[in-house]
Amino acid sequence: MSAARVYLDYAASTPVDERVVEKMLPYFGGRFGNPSSIHRFGQESEAALDDARRAVANVMACRPNEIVFTSGGTESDNLAIRGAALAAKGSRGASHILTTPVEHPAVVNACRYLERHHGFRVEWLTVDADGRADPDDVARRLRDETAVVSVIYGNNEIGSINPVAAIAERCRKRGVTFHTDAVQAASQLPLQVDELGADLISIGAHKFYGPKGVGALYCRAGIELEPLQPGGEQESGRRAGTENVPLIVGLAAAFEITAAERSQHATRFAGLRDRILDGVVHAVPGARLTGHRLDRLPNHASFVFPGVDANRLLAALDLAGYACSSGSACKTGDPSPSSALLALGLDSELALGSLRVTVGRPTTDEDILGFLAALPALVEAQRRTVAAAG
Amino acid sequence: MRVAVAMSGGVDSAVAAGLLVDRGIDVFGVMMRLWVEEGRVNRCCSPSDVNGARQVASRLGIPFYVVDMRSVFRDHIVSFFLDGYAQGVTPNPCIECNRTIRWTHLLKDALSLGATHLATGHYARVQSRGDEWILLRGIDPHKDQSYVLSVLGQAEMAHAVFPLGGYTKPEVREYARRRQLPVAERPESQDLCFLAGDDYRDFLRRHASDGLTPGPILDAGGVQLGEHTGLAAYTIGQRRGLRVPSSDALYVVGKDRSTNALIVGSRSELGRTTFLTRRVGWISGRPPASTFSAEVQVRYRAARVPCQASPRSDGSCDVVLARPLPDVTPGQSAVFYQGDVCLGGGVIAA
Repeated sequence: MSAARVYLDYAASTPVDERVVEKMLPYFGGRFGNPSSIHRFGQESEAALDDARRAVANVMACRPNEIVFTSGGTESDNLAIRGAALAAKGSRGASHILTTPVEHPAVVNACRYLERHHGFRVEWLTVDADGRADPDDVARRLRDETAVVSVIYGNNEIGSINPVAAIAERCRKRGVTFHTDAVQAASQLPLQVDELGADLISIGAHKFYGPKGVGALYCRAGIELEPLQPGGEQESGRRAGTENVPLIVGLAAAFEITAAERSQHATRFAGLRDRILDGVVHAVPGARLTGHRLDRLPNHASFVFPGVDANRLLAALDLAGYACSSGSACKTGDPSPSSALLALGLDSELALGSLRVTVGRPTTDEDILGFLAALPALVEAQRRTVAAAG
Repeated sequence: MRVAVAMSGGVDSAVAAGLLVDRGIDVFGVMMRLWVEEGRVNRCCSPSDVNGARQVASRLGIPFYVVDMRSVFRDHIVSFFLDGYAQGVTPNPCIECNRTIRWTHLLKDALSLGATHLATGHYARVQSRGDEWILLRGIDPHKDQSYVLSVLGQAEMAHAVFPLGGYTKPEVREYARRRQLPVAERPESQDLCFLAGDDYRDFLRRHASDGLTPGPILDAGGVQLGEHTGLAAYTIGQRRGLRVPSSDALYVVGKDRSTNALIVGSRSELGRTTFLTRRVGWISGRPPASTFSAEVQVRYRAARVPCQASPRSDGSCDVVLARPLPDVTPGQSAVFYQGDVCLGGGVIAA
């Protein structure tokens, strides 16, 4: 078969850290008790759950009971937005949601769901050419009936970092609940809750070298959430269903490791990222950076290439040994321009030619040199094909 | 050598991929996303076909990608189909798809993705003879598909791989079972993929008005026997659906576009012994001789008939059949053979 494969899609998922696997294994084996049970099997599991909650709270500098474990980033986003919006509707008749057009689909579609089924009005903030919201614009659009504001922290597609603390401050002044989707940011940026100021913060473990299928939501004390699913009283009544103890243990272990090693990786990641950003813009004619040049996730590089079909470029890169991603990627060959890229003001043809390259702990200098050496010819080959088709 | 296999989710392309993998060849799968009307599902690339092809690729351990061909398919094949009916002929979009989509755009895509060859699940064989690539019929006489590949030239043949050419369909099915390839045993269909199970006349009504104007049904002597619903709704040799009372069986024997008349007659009036083909392509790049003996096949599943073929300098070719054929249909392809060797073919002129 082909040469070695280089993974450059750490924003999509990360390999589980071996130390995390070790921590989880006992809970797939002998320590299987239900945390709600009275007996010692249950007590062991409950203790593991408590430890995990304390560990996550410790990283975020919050109280353990402000952490709700979920099935992942998508559920955290849903619980935050739908839970907070419905609670605010019930308590004070709130009917307005403020968010950006560059959110993850979990946020976008949670908002649309509330619009369709619960009579909310969703107002889409404008973003600048780098995909960032303006805190003063948020402040101007806050209303008495605003239930929740949701603004992504580190953007998954274009890497830009939003001024979340400043937006949180504006919301706090008006007493409006503020959520931020920190699923991408969690592996790269500190998440102390008082620094961020957000009332609700979503994370998912598989983005920071933890297992898939588990996430968490920080929910500031005093913020009411309407639970999404009826059931038992787990997670203080905010998330019914027997806790997934092994995965929660894994999330906590991965989160602790990530926090402890963050600064060590961040400098190296930013160096690799900058080589990609500069290298691609120099080597590929017409290449345009998407997202902010400096104020972006340290491991995240993203571009658009005129005259390129991203799906075909991703296939060509994969066959050349480089696994990357694109905002318009679609495995059924039915690409549509990413709405986030359109919101930056890119035309739809350009938006169909997007590429995202994200580095991670295993990425080496050689990986990036090889990628930068391979990319220009692959883009050129795709451009010739597209030109021939036109 | 790195081979891209055009996969469809069906058994043939799955087995083609499997046979290449077994030979230790570096293979990847590629599937074309084809055009279909909004709200319908193309028969050749439904979501379940995509999933099926993906599962086959996964079972074989090969990469798999879907490439979007919707706009080129609409621009070339659908318009070719509509234009053909507007001109009163019975077009063969599958041949045109092989010419402009599969062996032009898909081949370019495969090469730009790093492949050296493109393989398909067609029942046909490629051999090199001297410095020339020749196209041979598949060894399964019931499945031979060289007819639709008759549009290839040397440039395409140099990249073409047909792993199934030496196998019979039962052998292919048996291989799929033995390899436990997750292919649906869907019934083989002659329908056009983009009709999505619809009748082509309904499709024409939605997309083109030309060719669907009612007019007279005449016999060879010009006597009106009835009224037709539009020339595009009929094909040469058609017997059913004429709605003309007659003691003898009547067949469509011709169309007169200038008077919008459908000409009908008895079976004996149907036979043709000479016709002209246009847009003739030769696999070798040139005709075998100024006049040569061959066998000709005038439809996808038709038997071959001996003929004399005389290529003209303008890319057309006169054909004289050894015996009359009832179904020489303008718009369909006439494909020439000498023994098992496919020489090429062209479109039967009106």
